[in-house]
Amino acid sequence: MASAPRYWRENPSRYNMVGFKCNNCGKFYFPPRIICPLCHRKSVGKTEPVKMKGTGAIFSFTEVHEGMDEHNLQKPYILAMVELDEGAKVTGQVIDCDASDLSIGTKVRATLRKLSEEGSAGVIHYGYKFVPLRENGERPRDE
Amino acid sequence: MKGVGIVSYGAYVPHFRIVPDEIGKVWGVDGKAMGKGLMISSKSVPAPDEDTITISVEAARNMMSRCAVDPKDIGALYVGSESHPYAVKPSGTIVAEAIEASPDLTVADFEFACKAGTAAMQACMGLVGAGMVKYAVAIGADTSQGAPGDALEYSASAGGAAFLIGAQKVIATIDTTYSYTTDTPDFWRREGRVYPRHGGRFTGEPAYFKHVLSGGKGLLERTGMSPEDYTYAVFHQPNGKFPTRAAKQLGFSAEQIKTGLLVSQIGNTYSGAVPLGLAAILDEAKPGDRIFAVAYGSGAGSDAFDITVTDEMATFKRDAAPTLNELMANPKYLDYATYAKFKGKIAKERD
Repeated sequence: MASAPRYWRENPSRYNMVGFKCNNCGKFYFPPRIICPLCHRKSVGKTEPVKMKGTGAIFSFTEVHEGMDEHNLQKPYILAMVELDEGAKVTGQVIDCDASDLSIGTKVRATLRKLSEEGSAGVIHYGYKFVPLRENGERPRDE
Repeated sequence: MKGVGIVSYGAYVPHFRIVPDEIGKVWGVDGKAMGKGLMISSKSVPAPDEDTITISVEAARNMMSRCAVDPKDIGALYVGSESHPYAVKPSGTIVAEAIEASPDLTVADFEFACKAGTAAMQACMGLVGAGMVKYAVAIGADTSQGAPGDALEYSASAGGAAFLIGAQKVIATIDTTYSYTTDTPDFWRREGRVYPRHGGRFTGEPAYFKHVLSGGKGLLERTGMSPEDYTYAVFHQPNGKFPTRAAKQLGFSAEQIKTGLLVSQIGNTYSGAVPLGLAAILDEAKPGDRIFAVAYGSGAGSDAFDITVTDEMATFKRDAAPTLNELMANPKYLDYATYAKFKGKIAKERD
C-alpha cells in the first residue's frame, strides 16, 4: 500500500499532467524525467517541466476483467494508451463509456477522478483519467 | 457591493442516472407515482471514482477555461458541500492545487446543508468588495446521500458549479444579497453517521417555504424590485414541487423559473442546486437580463441574490466549456443494483 508522501510528490503530474520537454530534441515526455531518453547527457540543462493540455487520441486500449482491487466497483474497466496532442504517450483509465464506444483514434480529454484510497480511514488519491469527447454533448475545454 | 460579481462560471453533472421507477421496484413503492409527485424523472448518480472534490475540480476547470484570469490571482477558494470526502482535510486544498491557484490563497470548506455554495459566494463577495483579494472562487457541490428506501433516495443526486467572483470584467453583477436564518431542525446528519435524517412533512412549511419566501420577500423589499422586473428566477429545488410553488407564491411565472429548474432531469444536487440552476441561466442570459436567486439550506436558512447580466456577457467565452444542456445530454441509465454498488450501499468484506 502506497504511503501518502509518495503519492503527494507526484501530485503535479497526477492532477495537472505536468510532463517534461527536452529542448534539445523538442520531444515531450510524461511522466516527467530527469534527462531525455533519446538525447541523454546532451539534454542536461535543456529540459523543462511542461503542463500537457490533457487532450489526445486513443493509441490502443483494452478492457480489463481481472484488475486491481481498487477498480472492483468499475469492472470491467477500460485502460488505454493515449497519445497526447504533444506527442507523449500516457496510460490511463477511460471512464464514463463502454468499450464499444471507443476505437483507435477516439479523441479523449483528461479529467480528475479518485484513483484509489487507502481503506476507509486512509488518504484518498486523486489523479487523471480520460473521458471520450462525444460528438454531441461533450466538447473540449479551451485551455 | 458595487461592481462585484461573477467573472466566470463552470458546471459539472455526472454521466449516470437512475429513474424513480427503478428505485420504487426494489422497495415496493410506486416509483412512477413517487417521481411524478416529486416532479423528478431521473436523478444523477456519481461514478464510484467521483466525489465532491472531483465534481468541484471539473466545475472549477470549466470556470477557468471561460476566462483569461491567472489562477495565481485567486486569493480565496471556498467549497460548500455537505458531502466533503474528508471530515478533516479541506476539499478546497485539492481543488486549489488542481486549478493551479496554490499556494498564495486562503482556502476553507463551507457547510450549510444545501446552501453552502451560496454562503461561499457571499463570503467571496465580501473579500473582493473589501479589496482583500482580487478574485475568489465559490463552489457548491455535493454527492448527496439518501438512506436506502427513504424518500430522499428518489431525489438525492450529485453535481456542482463554480463561480469566479471579482470586480473586473464582470459578466453579472451581484447587486444585493440578503439572508434569512433561524434554528429549524428540519434535516440533519450527526457526526459519524452515513445518512441524514429529516423531519418528513416538517421540511415543507416551517422550513423550506418559510425561509425561501422570507429570503425572497426580504430581497424584494431591500431592492425595491418586483418579480416582473426579472428575466429569470431560480430557487432551491429539493424536488420540482417546492420551487414551483414558492415561485408562484412570490409572484414569479413558470416561464421565469423554467431555465434554472434542473431537478426533473438530475434530481436534488443539494449544495449544487442553485449554483447549477444559476449556471444554466448564465448559459443563455443576455446583457441587461436580471436574475433572482434564492438558495435554501436546512437547519435552516436562505440566501437571496439580485443579479444583473452586464455587457461583458456579449464577449464572454461561454463556448469554451460545456453548457448545462451539453453536460446533461446522453446520460447512461443504471439499474438499482449498479446504483447501489456505485453509491457504496452494498456491504463488502473488505473496506
